Amino acid sequence: MTDMQEIDLSQDETLQSIKHLVSERALRGETMLLNMGPQHPSTHGVLRLLLELDGEIVVNCIPDIGFLHTGIEKNMEAKTYQKAEVMTDRIDYLNNMGGNLTYCLAVEKLVDLDVPPRAQGIRVILAELDRISSHLLWMGTSALDLAAMSVFLYGMREREMIMDIKELVSGARMMTTYIRPGGLWRDVPVEFESAVRNFIKVMPGRLDEYESLLTNNALFKDRTQKIGVIDTEQCIHWGITGPVMRATGRPFDIRKAEPYSGYDQYDFEIPTATSGDIYGRYLVRMDEMRQSVRIIQQALDMLPYGPVRSNNRKFVPPPRSELSTSMEAVIHHFKLWTEGFSAPKGSVTASTESPRGRLSILIEGNGGPQPQRVFYRGNSFPNLQIMPLLSKGHFVADIVGIIGSVDIVLGDCDR
Amino acid sequence: MNEKLQPVVSALTARPGFRSEEFRGEVTLFVPAEQIVDTCRLLRDEFHFDMLVAETAVDYWPKLEPRFHVVYLLYSFASNANLNLRAPLDGNAPHLPTIEGIYPNANWYERELWDMFGIRFDGHSDLRRILMPAEWEGHPLRKDYPLGYEEVQFSFNHKEVDSKKPYARE
Repeated sequence: MTDMQEIDLSQDETLQSIKHLVSERALRGETMLLNMGPQHPSTHGVLRLLLELDGEIVVNCIPDIGFLHTGIEKNMEAKTYQKAEVMTDRIDYLNNMGGNLTYCLAVEKLVDLDVPPRAQGIRVILAELDRISSHLLWMGTSALDLAAMSVFLYGMREREMIMDIKELVSGARMMTTYIRPGGLWRDVPVEFESAVRNFIKVMPGRLDEYESLLTNNALFKDRTQKIGVIDTEQCIHWGITGPVMRATGRPFDIRKAEPYSGYDQYDFEIPTATSGDIYGRYLVRMDEMRQSVRIIQQALDMLPYGPVRSNNRKFVPPPRSELSTSMEAVIHHFKLWTEGFSAPKGSVTASTESPRGRLSILIEGNGGPQPQRVFYRGNSFPNLQIMPLLSKGHFVADIVGIIGSVDIVLGDCDR
Repeated sequence: MNEKLQPVVSALTARPGFRSEEFRGEVTLFVPAEQIVDTCRLLRDEFHFDMLVAETAVDYWPKLEPRFHVVYLLYSFASNANLNLRAPLDGNAPHLPTIEGIYPNANWYERELWDMFGIRFDGHSDLRRILMPAEWEGHPLRKDYPLGYEEVQFSFNHKEVDSKKPYARE
């Protein structure tokens, strides 16, 4: 004990810089400060949590973010509207199509551009596939953190099918940039429909398989029930949406509240739970995957034939075949790929429902071909902000489960 | 204008210094910086704008008066309506009262604004940098902050590029 008393905590720079955040007991050396991360396997990226511990009990949790900050918003300001889009699938790298979609919706709103119905149908299918793929990765990794190894392997198997579909349409498994302002890069290949139909045929059975591994698993329930509890009121206060909010019983979903890309024509439900704990969030996400399968099924059945790009040549490049016959097409092509298109002055916000909740992108145009400001509002940022709220009074081992349950993507958080 | 927003906008634009703008169906309310706390409290308590979706800023450098617009995105669950607030700020030592007491999630957004734009929030409980390292100089999202790049190192210019790197200097 004599060794302990010789350490003078008033000289500790790190402690002094955060002294307004920890309790007085930490300043007296009675509670322990423990760093979790930035390279901890359960933080799903580079995240540092500073935990104040009283034995095994968490007294406070101070998230430290920014390790993955890459200045994406700054970069987008220096690029034309088309070139800035490639950044959007790198921000939230588990929701590439959703990021592309939100950005394109914002640009289309800013320049007042129409999207043909076929493109909208394909956008919905791809965004829903990405939701399933993101939830599968979440399910695998967060169960892995709670020591359920096999679910991860099963989840990856089906995620691979989605990756193959994404590769089929865009040529890339993750960084797709397939959805473009005014429509899509190109029409889907003929194999697309059978690949998606095959996927939605096997998926409901596979979901039952996962659920048989987890839903009634006593160990899993022990680690998840009544842990990391939050209620609707707090969710509203802290700006939390998505599965975390739906697990508290509030059926709020942007796809219903502010329908985009024709989501209002599809028949689907918003799954909710009432417990507000990790287990509730798990149940909500599992049901969401079933609903996504339903949406994909309907979108595929209703998918019309027709063009996949707007015909407005001031914003959308002409098809390759026209370049050899039309001088006007050559001029448009040249102008669009060198200078880009100009957007009017004014700011717009587009919101979509990402796998993590409300995803909003604010774009402000300044009359030129580059945006004045692009702001990306992801959900990992607010979800990490409530870590102290969720983790106080729980064991250190539960922190792992709580981080998993709010489903953070650090790229989405740090941008 | 959206009929749900009509009462809010007409109640607030009646005050001196307030004005509203509409662009592509989105309503933006310009609020004098010193009245932002009262406005937010009124919007939350009287008009049920109960969620702060995000808080951000736009830099109009080299224009200096106002140089910044601090943007508040509000959402009302009761009427399913979005409202944007904008508080114009001058470029010289910009500061604004915090709205942390009304919307607690403003805490991190305001830290981000201090970090990225150098806008100070008076009365903020924890105004540290959030994304950049604590000892960083400058505010990256300001328009007068250069984008910067790293020169690619090849075998023919390896030494030259290496000599410009900070770690190589000793």
